[in-house]
Amino acid sequence: MKEIYDVIVLGGGPAGLAAGISATQKGASVLIIEREARMGGILKQCIHDGFGLVRFGERLTGPEYAGRFYKEMLEMGIDHIVNAFVTDAEKKPDGSFALTVQSAQGIKFFHCKALVLACGCRERTAKQVFIHGDRPAGVFTAGTAQHFVNISGYMPVKKCVILGSGDIGMIMARRLTLEGAEVEGVYEIKDTPAGLARNIAQCLDDYNIPLHLSTTVTRVIGAKHVEAVEVARVDEKMKPIPGTERMIECDSLILSVGLLPENEIAEKLGVEIDPATKGPYVDQTFMTSVPGVFSCGNALHVNDLVDYVSESGELAGAYAAQYRPGRRVRVKIDYDGKKFAYVVPQYYDVMRQDDLTMYFRPRREQKKPSVQLCVNEETAKRKKYIHLSPSEMEQLTLKIDHPVTRVALKMEV
Amino acid sequence: MSSSEEKRRLARLREEISGLGIREAEVSVFRRSIRLSGGCDDWKSIVRAGKKAAKLGYKGVVNEIELDGFTPPPIRRSKIEDGAIDGERPDVLVIGGGVIGCAIARELRKWDISVLLCEKESDVAMHASSRNDGMIHPGIASHIGSLRGKMNVEGNLMYTQLCKDLKIPFKRYGNFILYSDHLFGVGGRAVLGARARAFGIPGGHVDRRRMHEMEPNITDEALGAFSYPMSGVLSPYKLTVALAENAVENGAQVSLDTIVTSMEMEHGRIAAVHTNRGTVYPRLVVNAAGVFSDVIAKMADDQFFTIHPRKGELVILDKKKGRLVQRSMGLVSVKAATSDTKGGGVMRTIDGNVLVGPDAYEQPLREDFSTHADHIDAILEKHLPLIKGFAKSDVITYFAGVRASNYEEEFIVERSEQVDNLVHAAAIQSPGLASAPAIAKRIAEISTAALGEQMDVHKNDRFDPVRKAAPVLKYMSLEEKQKLIEKNPDYGVIICRCEEISKGEIIDCIHSPIPVTSLDGIKRRVRPGMGRCQGGFCSPLVTNIIAQETGLRPEQITKNGDGTEFLYGPTNKGTGKTSAETKAPAKKAPARKAPAKAAAGKAAAGTQKKSAKKAPAQKGAAKKKGGAEA
Repeated sequence: MKEIYDVIVLGGGPAGLAAGISATQKGASVLIIEREARMGGILKQCIHDGFGLVRFGERLTGPEYAGRFYKEMLEMGIDHIVNAFVTDAEKKPDGSFALTVQSAQGIKFFHCKALVLACGCRERTAKQVFIHGDRPAGVFTAGTAQHFVNISGYMPVKKCVILGSGDIGMIMARRLTLEGAEVEGVYEIKDTPAGLARNIAQCLDDYNIPLHLSTTVTRVIGAKHVEAVEVARVDEKMKPIPGTERMIECDSLILSVGLLPENEIAEKLGVEIDPATKGPYVDQTFMTSVPGVFSCGNALHVNDLVDYVSESGELAGAYAAQYRPGRRVRVKIDYDGKKFAYVVPQYYDVMRQDDLTMYFRPRREQKKPSVQLCVNEETAKRKKYIHLSPSEMEQLTLKIDHPVTRVALKMEV
Repeated sequence: MSSSEEKRRLARLREEISGLGIREAEVSVFRRSIRLSGGCDDWKSIVRAGKKAAKLGYKGVVNEIELDGFTPPPIRRSKIEDGAIDGERPDVLVIGGGVIGCAIARELRKWDISVLLCEKESDVAMHASSRNDGMIHPGIASHIGSLRGKMNVEGNLMYTQLCKDLKIPFKRYGNFILYSDHLFGVGGRAVLGARARAFGIPGGHVDRRRMHEMEPNITDEALGAFSYPMSGVLSPYKLTVALAENAVENGAQVSLDTIVTSMEMEHGRIAAVHTNRGTVYPRLVVNAAGVFSDVIAKMADDQFFTIHPRKGELVILDKKKGRLVQRSMGLVSVKAATSDTKGGGVMRTIDGNVLVGPDAYEQPLREDFSTHADHIDAILEKHLPLIKGFAKSDVITYFAGVRASNYEEEFIVERSEQVDNLVHAAAIQSPGLASAPAIAKRIAEISTAALGEQMDVHKNDRFDPVRKAAPVLKYMSLEEKQKLIEKNPDYGVIICRCEEISKGEIIDCIHSPIPVTSLDGIKRRVRPGMGRCQGGFCSPLVTNIIAQETGLRPEQITKNGDGTEFLYGPTNKGTGKTSAETKAPAKKAPARKAPAKAAAGKAAAGTQKKSAKKAPAQKGAAKKKGGAEA
């Protein structure tokens, strides 16, 4: 293993693996640093199928999907280290990066020209959605419960209530049912489900697990272990309606209440964060506000499909391999915040001409909208949708072969 | 006071508390204390009655007015019943493993006397000692002449050396009492100035400009501040654990999961103390039982006070906001300044987070640590605007604690007047943490004097005040870390990504002088699970480490002691073996040399198989394959 690389990728999940592979293909020397004991990221515990439909046209399990990239990485001989944690990251005066990495092998120092942040995301916790009452054993986030069941091989529940209709929550509803637990119901504070429609059908409907919309958990009861939770209907402002409280006896509460990009290292490096995505602001090359620092996957914004995670990793890796310091002029990509929850990238570097891959989510449900990608005041691409939902991320790509001065994303309903 | 005058005063009190809505109110005097009984449907009125009684100047108030329809829940205790400490004859039995009890146990070992500490919970610092803001108050909030004030000021001064000895971080960041009312500015100068002179507390008024220089992010609403640089912060549970560990290192015995159930009295002395783990025959008993200190006093037939549990809720913000405040700060109104508690504020914790709160409210439950949306919201609404840049989205967690307040609102640090071999360190509410070293010192003096009546008490020359602390990587230089990891690679493997805690540090606390095997016990000591993910990522890994180190099965491991097991048996297809997840890779076999022939889709499992071969005790791989086919 060397100490100096062209590109160092932080994170060995689907985004990081794809970034490492594409950067290597572009001729860069690459090191992938993974903090867990094995590569693959969260896919290691996602043993359900449905991964890779977009990319491979196949229904793979999470480990199978990760396995394809992992195998490719091994065949290409890409350097990688596991159980290795970046304790410090610093941008040097010459524009390169110095990383301090701690592992069982000691403290090591690595240097690189470009850094790809592919650190994934973490789950929102019970406290971040202001669950109150007692603090007993038996409250898990869905991902933690999934780790216990699928990696440790232990059951954390016998009868549970699931709060939040995020995808992992629904997948865990099915998984726990298959393992013999009772899932009393899935409760969602919003009036629309948070996860994919296919998960509602395949994980809840098929197993007769009820989904209660506009309902939330208001209190946890149990001095030592969860004994019950109180649920209540909420009004349009998502405040519990007095008198609608209902007590549900159960031994655990599982939370699937959202994911947050992990950007601790990005912030250490001074990367600016978009409050809409909670990930870095990037341009069309996936470069953040700090030249030479790239972001992709769920660290950039939370995706619903791993296929898009890999895609952004691939793009970010390739751009990172080609990165040369130089002047950039970033213009903000224009969009209406009332129509779009967010768009990625948020900037276009007009000193360059690159194809554009845009990801976006609408602010609210839209029937038959049309979305236009405008370059230099002209509509370059128009796409009509039957249905747009905040729970399903959309993607648009555009070939660009002329100078760009302005980019805008518009929606007509 | 003549007896007729006393009768008149008691009759007047009876009338007054009847006026508060107490039915069949009765007021009597027993052994220099005042005793109330009756019934009421409102807890607030019951507390108010007690406070009125306290104003009459008796030794204490025993408030036995019953709340309608309320049966106090049984005291939480371990299921364990054994004879672990049966027949022990310690010179001193300390009841209670909070910061007070642990400080006392350590202090007592400075003498050549045997010490046994019993704690009913599965760990020390489980009640108020882990449920407070960690502030070492300067003493400015206490009344001149009060024991609370005296202990606070003395205790504060002792912390620099104590924390050095115990090897726990302590910072004197200072505190600001802010005001937005000119009247407070004027009145504060007189009242706080007089206190500062009486107690010898350095500090005083700073004007608005200076205040903003010192704390640039304070709201414009604040007109000025009173500044007290001796104010400090530390981790209250780390302190308590460190005190207990050092006590044990010096020969004290700590028995956890041990509840005192009754006492045998003989000739005005405690002859035997019954617990769920056997009967103990101490020469002397120290009551440091916190919210249950009146229950212990009653067991010894020495109840002269009643604890009215005053609860508080607190909020923790992400470390990212820690840089916005330097010191502890609260905006105080004239009204709040005259109440029992100053109403909390914001402060930077020793770990760099921001703590907001606490609030204070009376309620009858002594072990109810639940939180409530209205309280947390009110705390945030009140204190977040104090600092520019704080937002509700910065909240990572919140919790509640219960203060052991008596009606006199004063510490009880004394030898029992009724029981020859009983010493009270009771009703220690705020500023109990700041006062703990001074209280312990005083209790040790009282105890050794009492023991001196029965035996020769000598100094313990072998007492070593310096704790043999396990390494904390966070405070080490890179070179020190490097050396440590070379010796033990477990220190290189980060388990908690938010707080950067290594596997080695977690293993250390499983084998520490007060061994812990619960997730929360480990979290209190070395912080995995304290960060922004709140244990989401690390709790399965910590569970595996505990299982590997102790031989416990995962379903036997608890969140926080007996009754808080969080896993059931293995999954249908699982083998129940813990995963090799946290095993540090063997030095000569980096994972990338794993056979490339691993079949597509099994690549991740491929590395598992390899580690399974390396460590045959952890056959995780087979089970995981099973899982994948499910």
